[in-house]
Amino acid sequence: MSTAAAQKSGFLATIWDYLTTVDHKKIAQLYLYTGGFFFLVGGVEAMLIRIQLMKPDNDFLSAGLYNEMITMHGTTMIFLAAMPLIFALMNAVVPLQIGARDVAFPFLNSLGFWLFFFGGVLLNVSWFTGGAPDAGWTNYAPLSTTSPGHGVDYYVMGLQISGAGTLIAGINFLVTIVNMRAPGMTYMRMPLFTWSTFVTSALILFAFPALTVGLFLMMFDRMFGSAFFDVALGGNVIIWEHLFWIFGHPEVYILILPLFGAFSDIFSTFSKKRLFGYSAMVFATVLIGFLGFMVWAHHMFTVGMGPIANSIFAVATMAIAVPTGIKIFNWLFTMWGGQIRMTAAMLWSVAFIPSFTIGGMTGVMLAAAAADYQYHDTYFVVGHFHYVIVGGVAFGLFAGLHYWWPKMFGKILNEKLGKLAFWPFFIGFHLTFFIQHFLGLMGMPRRYWVFLDGQGLNTGNLISTIGAFLMAIGTIIFLINIVYTAFKEPKVGGDPWNGRTLEWAIPSPPPHYNFAQTPLVRGLDPLWVEKMDGKKGMTPSEPLGDIHMPNGSILPFMMSLGMFIAGFGFIYQIDSSSWLIAVFIGMGITLGSMLTRSLKDDLGHHIHKEELERDIKKGAGK
Amino acid sequence: MRGWMGKFRSLFLFGTLALILSGCGKDNLSALKPKGYSSELILDLMLISIAIMIFVFVIVMAIYAFVLVRYRQKKDDEDIIPKQVEGNKALEVIWTVIPIILLLVLAVPTVQATFDLADRSTQDDDGVLTVEVTGNQYWWHFNYKGEEISSSQELYIPTGERVYLDMKASDVLHSFWLPSIAGKMDTLPGENINTMYLEAYEEGVYWGHCTELCGPSHSLMDFRVVAVSQDEFEQLKEDFRNIDPEAKPETDSAVEGQKTFNNKCMSCHAIGNAPMGVGPNLSNFANRERIAGILEPTKENLVSWITNPDEHKPGNKMPANLVDEQQAEEIADYLLQLDHTDVGEDAPTQSEE
Repeated sequence: MSTAAAQKSGFLATIWDYLTTVDHKKIAQLYLYTGGFFFLVGGVEAMLIRIQLMKPDNDFLSAGLYNEMITMHGTTMIFLAAMPLIFALMNAVVPLQIGARDVAFPFLNSLGFWLFFFGGVLLNVSWFTGGAPDAGWTNYAPLSTTSPGHGVDYYVMGLQISGAGTLIAGINFLVTIVNMRAPGMTYMRMPLFTWSTFVTSALILFAFPALTVGLFLMMFDRMFGSAFFDVALGGNVIIWEHLFWIFGHPEVYILILPLFGAFSDIFSTFSKKRLFGYSAMVFATVLIGFLGFMVWAHHMFTVGMGPIANSIFAVATMAIAVPTGIKIFNWLFTMWGGQIRMTAAMLWSVAFIPSFTIGGMTGVMLAAAAADYQYHDTYFVVGHFHYVIVGGVAFGLFAGLHYWWPKMFGKILNEKLGKLAFWPFFIGFHLTFFIQHFLGLMGMPRRYWVFLDGQGLNTGNLISTIGAFLMAIGTIIFLINIVYTAFKEPKVGGDPWNGRTLEWAIPSPPPHYNFAQTPLVRGLDPLWVEKMDGKKGMTPSEPLGDIHMPNGSILPFMMSLGMFIAGFGFIYQIDSSSWLIAVFIGMGITLGSMLTRSLKDDLGHHIHKEELERDIKKGAGK
Repeated sequence: MRGWMGKFRSLFLFGTLALILSGCGKDNLSALKPKGYSSELILDLMLISIAIMIFVFVIVMAIYAFVLVRYRQKKDDEDIIPKQVEGNKALEVIWTVIPIILLLVLAVPTVQATFDLADRSTQDDDGVLTVEVTGNQYWWHFNYKGEEISSSQELYIPTGERVYLDMKASDVLHSFWLPSIAGKMDTLPGENINTMYLEAYEEGVYWGHCTELCGPSHSLMDFRVVAVSQDEFEQLKEDFRNIDPEAKPETDSAVEGQKTFNNKCMSCHAIGNAPMGVGPNLSNFANRERIAGILEPTKENLVSWITNPDEHKPGNKMPANLVDEQQAEEIADYLLQLDHTDVGEDAPTQSEE
């Protein structure tokens, strides 16, 4: 508890508390609210796209606006919805799963969030200042470098700022998992969600710099007259594609791996069995992460790389199907012989298996380079990646939120409403995207503002749009469920699911310091091990004593705010050099905050033994 | 039975799959109704991959269904604790090795087909046609190398032989996709030339799309490929070489139109053999399947296009209101009588409803 917060009270105090918090549990909530908001924004954009494509030659959206819509839908869903929602789960769960009191760098954790927040807001401000970016989420040059207006500038600055936040968050989780594990929590005893967070963080560390470099080159080309992507001056447009996909392909594994981890934990818990083939699962996760860096050029089969490069990347891509297949079978055999409880979390996880398997199979089909000459940039690809991203990532987020909601908020999301949200979403999802594979092969390219009548594409597109509405209904029911749960559902204890891992050994929501005494881990599924030994909770590995905790700080917010202001300066200094003032003010705020942070010692505070004893008497800190 | 997979196609699964899929889409547009060498080769590869994938999917779903039915918790079993199985080495090996074998089965024809489609061994032989393709916002230009003829929006090729395309773009990235004959290849600005080949089996008018986002009218950058017999193609070359851009039209209105056209439009457009301009070459305009690649070829549409092109193709480079309504009608009369060849008029175009 920061001293500043203690001096104020009421609503403002709460706001101030969240602005300054460095507590991983509160940062998880911030990620959840912001990511959830952007998920809705991206969803509305998706609905507008589907309405436009409801019938041939439709004029619901204008051509330019449509391109802005597809660009922002993709960018928002990937960078501003899926990533933060995943970080919400990681922040809420990983420190608890390894028996830590917080992440390794709580201050950086807050900085990572606020950078993401302001980057996302900056990107979306473009809607109100003359047009959003319109060159697709892939932002290929030279369409992007020559795009009129400031849309693409917003894309560059917004993603650069939020990307820095993501990189910081990734590094933070790497260090946390390496350094902060409780005694006995060896690598091969870590829950799969922690393992996949670890691998994902490593992917972020290596993949995001490629995007950073690409964005800087793009920024210089657009704002400062360089010519990296200008062929007339000796530049090369393909460099952007390589940089983007060297980042972009690992990015899809960054999205899916943590949810593979979540599914593993959920299957195991609701089958009442330990994960089948744990070490194979860990190995497969690492292998997917590794191979994820070897295959970026399969997004570029039609760019003219030649048959040798195309063949190598084709075979490398197919290889990823092997570890993914291992995972699918291990999940099935985790359930085999178990006692399956079909909770809402389990329902989403069970639905994930066929959906993702289809997505994986179309992925292998796409990997066949020669065949990709037909699939590439058609609705087949749109169908494929929505099967993996919705069927994998979105299903995983719903499952993970149902599963960990009681740990985050102390209440179980209403199960009936949860299942009611599932069915329209699930049916709508398959209705929307399955038909798109066929639309693509029948001759419908992606990113088409209109399709013409008389090409046999009318029925398929109508079905797809109807499916999209069902998905929207499912999402709305899920939102209603959140509100309903907040007001109507009773509080639950620390372990509502008969859990197996460490996060279920402490109260829900956990106290500020998580574990009053750091637990001693005696095996895989540590809480389950203790339960099987007839104990109620974890054995502590240390005597009860004062706990050292970090102080909250407004500085991460200020640093990010400075970047936000400087972002506008960079974007508009092309029009008028007086905007450079914004750059100086913004960078001044950021650098000033960094200086303050460097010069002012902040030694944190202690939670005293007496306070802990009081909490334990009230039932906390087991 | 053409294509290298031909001899296996009678196999039950392939046959059934091919039959089901061939019901999808329009002739001369759908990739599932191949009418050329490359598209047939690719469809065979797709069928192999789909067959393997369906095989895997059935197995996964069988286990899945069994597990979900058999191991659901029953009402009174809440206290049962199932055996905590660690894993099974034999099973792990099985579901690692079998997928590897299946993938090898797919990888071999994939690599073969990839090299086959990149083959350029005959490009420099005598009598082999190479067309230089340029993608522009939002139209296509075709220059027939060594033949001193060119066309825009509609590419003429002879059937039964390989025609090579040397492709580039003049502005942003585009991609040339002709699903029923071949796959696609991106066109890049600058010095980089990408090459692919077309080999059409049957005469016909085939629909092509741009498949790389290139601006607001990306979805309207359609083109046609007209495949005609080799004799007819010779005739076409002859006819195109003999186009006289100054030929006097028959009606007065068209004569007026020609004057206006030569004054106001010739700085961008051309008729007859000419290097690529800012706008499309309008040779043989009267026989176009579509105006600007998208509109029905009526006079009304053409007038509307000439006076306000941006309404039909947002963001295109043709200026609006360059001529008044009267002049536009005269120009339309002129363009719609530019009937430079009979070749291709009877080529089937089944994609129309």
